Amino acid sequence: MSSLSNYLIVSAILFMIGAAGVMFRKNVIVIFMCVELMLNAVNLTLIAFSQFMGDQQGQILVFFVMTVAAAEAAVGLAIVISVYRNKETIEIDKLNLLKG
Amino acid sequence: MTQLIPYIVAAPLVGFLINGLFGGKYKNKAIAGWVGTLAVTISFIMACGVFFDMLSMPAESRAIHYKLLDWINVGKVNVGISYLIDQLSIIFILIITGVGALIHLYSTGYMKGDPGYTRFFTYLNLFIVMMLTLVMADNYLLTFLGWEGVGLCSYLLIGFWFDENKNNNAAKKAFIVNRVGDFGFLVAMGVMLVAFGSLNYSDIFPTALGMGSGNTMLIIITMMLFLGCTGKSAQIPLYIWLPDAMAGPTPVSALIHAATMVTSGIYLIARSNILFALSPPTLEVISIVAICTALLAAMIALFQNDIKKVLAYSTVSQLGYMFLGLGVGAFGAGVFHVMTHAFFKACLFLGSGAVIHAMHHEQDMQKMGGLKKYLPITFWTFMLATLAIAGIPPFAGFFSKDEILWKAFSQGSAFLWFLGALGALMTAFYMFRAVYLTFYGKERFDTGHHLPHEVGPAMWIPLVVLAGLSVVGGLLGTPTNALDSWLAPVVEKGEALVLASKSIPTPPFASQIEQLLLIISVLVALTGIVIATLYYKRRTTLAAKEKNLGAVYTLSTNKFYVDEIYDKTIIQPTYTISNSFLYKIVDVKIIDGIVNGSAASIDWISGIIRKIQTGIVQNYAVMIVVGILVLVSYVLIF
Amino acid sequence: MAINNIIFWILAVGAIISALLMVTRKSAVPSALMLIVTFCFLAALYLTLNAQFLAVVQVAVYAGAIMVLVVFVIMLLNLRGEVYAITGNWKTAVGLLAVTGILAQMIAVFVMANDILPKGLHSKSTELGTVESIGTKLYTSYAFPFEMASIILIAAAVGAIVLAKKKLT
Repeated sequence: MSSLSNYLIVSAILFMIGAAGVMFRKNVIVIFMCVELMLNAVNLTLIAFSQFMGDQQGQILVFFVMTVAAAEAAVGLAIVISVYRNKETIEIDKLNLLKG
Repeated sequence: MTQLIPYIVAAPLVGFLINGLFGGKYKNKAIAGWVGTLAVTISFIMACGVFFDMLSMPAESRAIHYKLLDWINVGKVNVGISYLIDQLSIIFILIITGVGALIHLYSTGYMKGDPGYTRFFTYLNLFIVMMLTLVMADNYLLTFLGWEGVGLCSYLLIGFWFDENKNNNAAKKAFIVNRVGDFGFLVAMGVMLVAFGSLNYSDIFPTALGMGSGNTMLIIITMMLFLGCTGKSAQIPLYIWLPDAMAGPTPVSALIHAATMVTSGIYLIARSNILFALSPPTLEVISIVAICTALLAAMIALFQNDIKKVLAYSTVSQLGYMFLGLGVGAFGAGVFHVMTHAFFKACLFLGSGAVIHAMHHEQDMQKMGGLKKYLPITFWTFMLATLAIAGIPPFAGFFSKDEILWKAFSQGSAFLWFLGALGALMTAFYMFRAVYLTFYGKERFDTGHHLPHEVGPAMWIPLVVLAGLSVVGGLLGTPTNALDSWLAPVVEKGEALVLASKSIPTPPFASQIEQLLLIISVLVALTGIVIATLYYKRRTTLAAKEKNLGAVYTLSTNKFYVDEIYDKTIIQPTYTISNSFLYKIVDVKIIDGIVNGSAASIDWISGIIRKIQTGIVQNYAVMIVVGILVLVSYVLIF
Repeated sequence: MAINNIIFWILAVGAIISALLMVTRKSAVPSALMLIVTFCFLAALYLTLNAQFLAVVQVAVYAGAIMVLVVFVIMLLNLRGEVYAITGNWKTAVGLLAVTGILAQMIAVFVMANDILPKGLHSKSTELGTVESIGTKLYTSYAFPFEMASIILIAAAVGAIVLAKKKLT
């Protein structure tokens, strides 16, 4: 059993790895997976706090985060499929319609 | 009858609205004429009602205050739309509505067939409303509203036939020159607020009495008010608009530029007599300017060939006489001359209008002649009015002009009287010259075609009424002293102050000198008539003879080049400064430069910032993370 | 060094290494597989925290459903010739710097806060993480969010179908 700060440090490292992945990978699906990694790091934080402080609300929140992550995964991947159908590529540099 | 007071103004206002809003829909255009005339007639009847009411009141309490509503209520300044009907204003109201109604009747005949018939009566009614506001107000601000309003109507009516540029230019000239005068009025109101804290007559005059003579504030106020009067009442230096204003229809010239609007200046000074009485320097200035104007205008009128121009310069000259009366402290005499002048000058203008109408809009007297047998009514009324203006007893003009000359002698100086008499000589001369050129001698127009015929009743009834008033109107003045005693409660304090400040000892034999001067006045007038008769009654070769006078003739007919002098010294420099400096440099370079420059700089900045939006999502992600870094560092370190 | 500590360190290092591997693989399928491994390590970490219910849900939902969906999509798109993941230009350097900066600060904070934070697992932690207690809470106090969550899932399902289906020409 380690102290709370250990868990928090682990979670922070995982979060930053996910952020780095979002910034640097070119494949849209991999970027999406890095986002999921970030969500999981946050889950770890929440559960750690919940168990160390004795407040159950953290775990309830994690439950809902997982639910929403699932919904988001479904919709996000559907969008990826649509984009692929239209643009024939899923490299993020080529998807720059927002260019001003 | 006090409750009738707002209706005096309301009747012509309603006429204005009816004609203005529905005029386009009239089947028969003559309705506009009847509506307009009826409105002013109603106004006159109600004014008569108020007048008779006032007659039954004791002399001291004849001032009626009537408050319509609060207008401005800021801090200590409290100005309302409220009216003061006292002995002075009722005279003016009766003149405005009475002579106005006659002129409206005349216009129904004169303007018949004109495409702008309805518009004419709309503007005329609006003018009556504004003029009534001017004389009925009980504070300077409401008077100023009327002042500006009559200026506006003057512009609209002078430029009535706006297809011709000459008329538009005359209208603009009138308005702009008047504006210079209005500036003076505004400055005066400002100083009044500083000195008295109020613009109401009832606050200012009692306070001023306590200020003593020669107070600097009072001198500034009165000088600035007089500047306003030189604009509106055509004195030097701002009289130049009035001769040009003859471009408007003749009823306009009669109403506005003879009987009413130009007398607003005299009304203003008569109303503020206490302020002026306490500023002797201003009164000096007024006397000098007035006599100079009277003489200058008379000299210009000597050899004019356009019948309306003669009458215009005659008006300027007579206004000079009125201001002379005011300048020497005879406020009542000035108002008396206003009244008689309204009668005979309106009659003269309307008569000239009848002549012009009969001659199919020919205004050059050199092309007239011998009209006596074609236009008998016009001739007789014109003659009676001319006798009045020349100052022949017992006609109206004699009494009023003589009173002013007497007061000029006794309260001014003998020199002033002498110059005044000189002006009277010239007046008699040029007026009779006009009569002879127009009505006597052989016809100088084509007698083969349409012969001139007398005008219809709508036009000669006013002529007859006004001529009658020119004959008997004077009896209100000197012989019976009715007008003087009527006006006394309003002007006596002022007149007494002026007399006290001049400290003139009553000359011995005062009444004998007065009678002597009276006889001299009559002789002077007769001299002028005789000279005119000798030269103009029978002769036909006039132009050559007139040119023999050489320089005098040239200067006179060219109006002493005053307009040209103004153009070179004032108008051209203003135009040059405003074009080459204010327009080309300040407006185009500086102001436009700032506006365009700020737009251009924003354009440049946005061109730089725009590059952030690449559309590449990962760049945005990097930016987010960097932002988080900054925030976290900020929170941790600070 | 208690056995708990050792287990914690093994699991933590494992999760971190598999995450790193996920981020650096060239093609998509190895990344997905590494992510599944990470999720399993995380589930184990949840178990060390006595959060039994959530550990199971993690494996069932994340590793079992979401990652399966991702792998399906990767195979559906039938990608060939993937561009190598990371280019070494200045934007990368800036990003890496930013990430390390934030990470360093967060670690510093947590280390410094070690004294204020609770030392050990709460006394009630065992009963807080059971299915029974979480279930009770979900159906009583949090019943409304629970129902909303089901509506979100339905909406997501419908949305995904609408977005992804081929247009009928």
